Amino acid sequence: MKTAAILKKGEKGIIEKFLDEALSAKFLEMGCLPGYDVKLIRKAPFGCPIYLKVGKNFLALREEEARNVVLK
Amino acid sequence: MEEEVLASKSVIKIALIGNPNAGKSSFFNRLTGLNQHVGNFPGVTVDRKKGSFKIDENLKADLIDLPGTYSLYPNSTDERIVLNILSNPKDKHYPDLIVYIADATNLERHLLLLSQVIDLDIPVVLALNMIDISRKENQEIDIQELSKQLQIPVIETNARNGEGVPALKESIKQLYKKEQLKKNNSFFHLNGKTDIINDLKAKFKVDSDYQALLILHHFHKLPYLSEAEKAIVKETIDKHAFLSIKNQVDEIMGRFDKITPLVNKVVTIEKDKDEETLTEKIDNVLTHKFFGTLIFVGILLFIFQAIFAWASYPMDLIDAGFAAVSDFVSTNLPDNAFTSLINDGLIAGLGGILIFIPQITILFLLIALLEEVGYMSRAVFLSDSLMRRFGLNGRSIVSLISGVACAVPAIMATRNISNWKERMITIMVTPFMSCSARIPVFTVLITFAVPEVYYFGFINLQGLVMMGLYILGTLTALVSAWVLKKILKSNERSYFIMELPSYKAPQARNVLITVYEKVKAFVVEAGKIILIISIVLWFMASYGPGDQIEKATNEILTENQDKQISEEELSDLVSARQIEYSYAGYLGKAIEPVIKPLGFDWKMGIALITSFAAREVFVGTMATIYSVGSKGDDESSIIERMRNEIRKDTGKPVYDTATSFSLLIFYLFAMQCMSTLAIVKRETNSWKWPAIQLVFMTGLAYVSSLLVYNLLS
Repeated sequence: MKTAAILKKGEKGIIEKFLDEALSAKFLEMGCLPGYDVKLIRKAPFGCPIYLKVGKNFLALREEEARNVVLK
Repeated sequence: MEEEVLASKSVIKIALIGNPNAGKSSFFNRLTGLNQHVGNFPGVTVDRKKGSFKIDENLKADLIDLPGTYSLYPNSTDERIVLNILSNPKDKHYPDLIVYIADATNLERHLLLLSQVIDLDIPVVLALNMIDISRKENQEIDIQELSKQLQIPVIETNARNGEGVPALKESIKQLYKKEQLKKNNSFFHLNGKTDIINDLKAKFKVDSDYQALLILHHFHKLPYLSEAEKAIVKETIDKHAFLSIKNQVDEIMGRFDKITPLVNKVVTIEKDKDEETLTEKIDNVLTHKFFGTLIFVGILLFIFQAIFAWASYPMDLIDAGFAAVSDFVSTNLPDNAFTSLINDGLIAGLGGILIFIPQITILFLLIALLEEVGYMSRAVFLSDSLMRRFGLNGRSIVSLISGVACAVPAIMATRNISNWKERMITIMVTPFMSCSARIPVFTVLITFAVPEVYYFGFINLQGLVMMGLYILGTLTALVSAWVLKKILKSNERSYFIMELPSYKAPQARNVLITVYEKVKAFVVEAGKIILIISIVLWFMASYGPGDQIEKATNEILTENQDKQISEEELSDLVSARQIEYSYAGYLGKAIEPVIKPLGFDWKMGIALITSFAAREVFVGTMATIYSVGSKGDDESSIIERMRNEIRKDTGKPVYDTATSFSLLIFYLFAMQCMSTLAIVKRETNSWKWPAIQLVFMTGLAYVSSLLVYNLLS
């Protein structure tokens, strides 16, 4: 299963769904919807958190959260 | 009937609502200017910004700026405020009308919360903010169609230059006068939830179906529900097997199912060319693993440089000013108790507060600038992994940095950390960061602790020790955080999803208003305490039990009758003897046995006691005790006097290396700030946490000072 956590710098994907229900509510309200493009902009020092561009939004999230973002 | 009442009412309560980074603060400042004040919501220390403005001659608006939130499903304390107010029509802040601020360049996400607000049946005006950027991106929005679809007025605005503000006011007026409190057409149909909602409505008086639904979701944390009411809600939930999280996700998905086609219909945009935006280009440098970290450290160093080097010029001026006022008072007023109270109590106390204004202003200014341009969230991004190792959150970095100015606003800044445990740890360890109140104490004591030596001609040993104290404070904060991480238990999941807002040029208006409000709050809050303490201390140092002071004075006069000493020296001797037999002297002597192992005498004991109100009182107390108050409160005369203080038993200086370092360490670690304890109490809603903080920090200070003193002496 491909998730946002395994993206490399500059790599893109499309959101399919979210695994955790409580987290998915948070993702949705911050404007991450299924079908949106995701691009990994960069990783912080020590590899976490990661910096994503989702649609028009820029988000920082930790690896555990990124593992819940399933990509097509 | 209702219409008449409303028509005659000339004040309308308006709330600003919107997602974070939609430009709400700019809007608030644009509408109210300096006609605003920051208070607190009862029970929590979330800033409550209120202000007012005129809509026309007959209609005034009371404006409240509610914290930014993405939805009515809150994750943190400040987001919860929005829910608590909007779901409770009886709340005194419940608005007559809402101005909803949305980012026009990102309409889809910003319409989610708006759609929830519409369903609460509160009249809404939609302000499409940042319309200039939207136009620059060649985006066209069909305002008429959007307004028709949502059935609310829509205005294009740019809070940065004021575009759209007159139209917005006109719209508020129209909505208020013509339509009165006409119900909104609900946006989202709560399909399948009608049964449970009707069931609850039969037992509860609610204004809208959506309000009922919000109560079902959040009842256990809603402060306005009684235990009996909560039990009723719980019963209803069990009866219908209502699953909160599943319903929440379904609701948000359902809302977007309506919002997305709506946005596609009204917004025409040239196909995304997917080129790097300016924000991405800047972040290629600022969030770079190596250069980004380097720049972050550079910014921290710059802040310290600004606080220490640049603030000293205005501070010297303020210091000289107070010395002059004190001189003027003592030469022009009769020498009596009242003059002494004015000079040694009030003026000394006021000087002690106002001297910090330059440092606090510079610090708040730099922090406000970093926030305003959008850098703070990058600092959070860069430091999260380091912070996590110590049980903190990336957001804790904001508190730790602000803690260098003052722990009070720093602890208030923890409110956007959604995880309970990470927030508690941040609150508990922030006071270890050396705040500006410690600076004068350090400055005085370092001169005794180490000689003024230069290495390589420019590295000052005293400066090095000062820096060492800051580093030691920071390390102690981190180690304590790590210990607390092991001790505190929490089943709550820690998560971290943070928006990185686009960079924008800072607006002077926003920055200056923020700095003004924060400095004012500091001066008033800390000022009250310091003034009271100064007056109490003055009384305790001036009066003693029975005629003890009089007897002591006569004794010393007789002793020195035949000696050749100047009048000034004699009066110093008298004052020193007087304080020994004052209430303060007795108090100091009472605790002397406890602090003697640390190398402290009873005079330092008095300073320690008064410093529990606020650390900066130390210098003023020393001035009073060593009776140099009459020569002004400037540090150099106090330092001179303290340097000459000799131990009676050994004949060596009191402030030797061991005692001075011991005192430095004590002031670095001990919890000596009533304001901080008060804010921690309010923030955690219990006396337990401030009590633990007081015992832990002061205990650590005692043990460390004991070690330092015995190692050095």
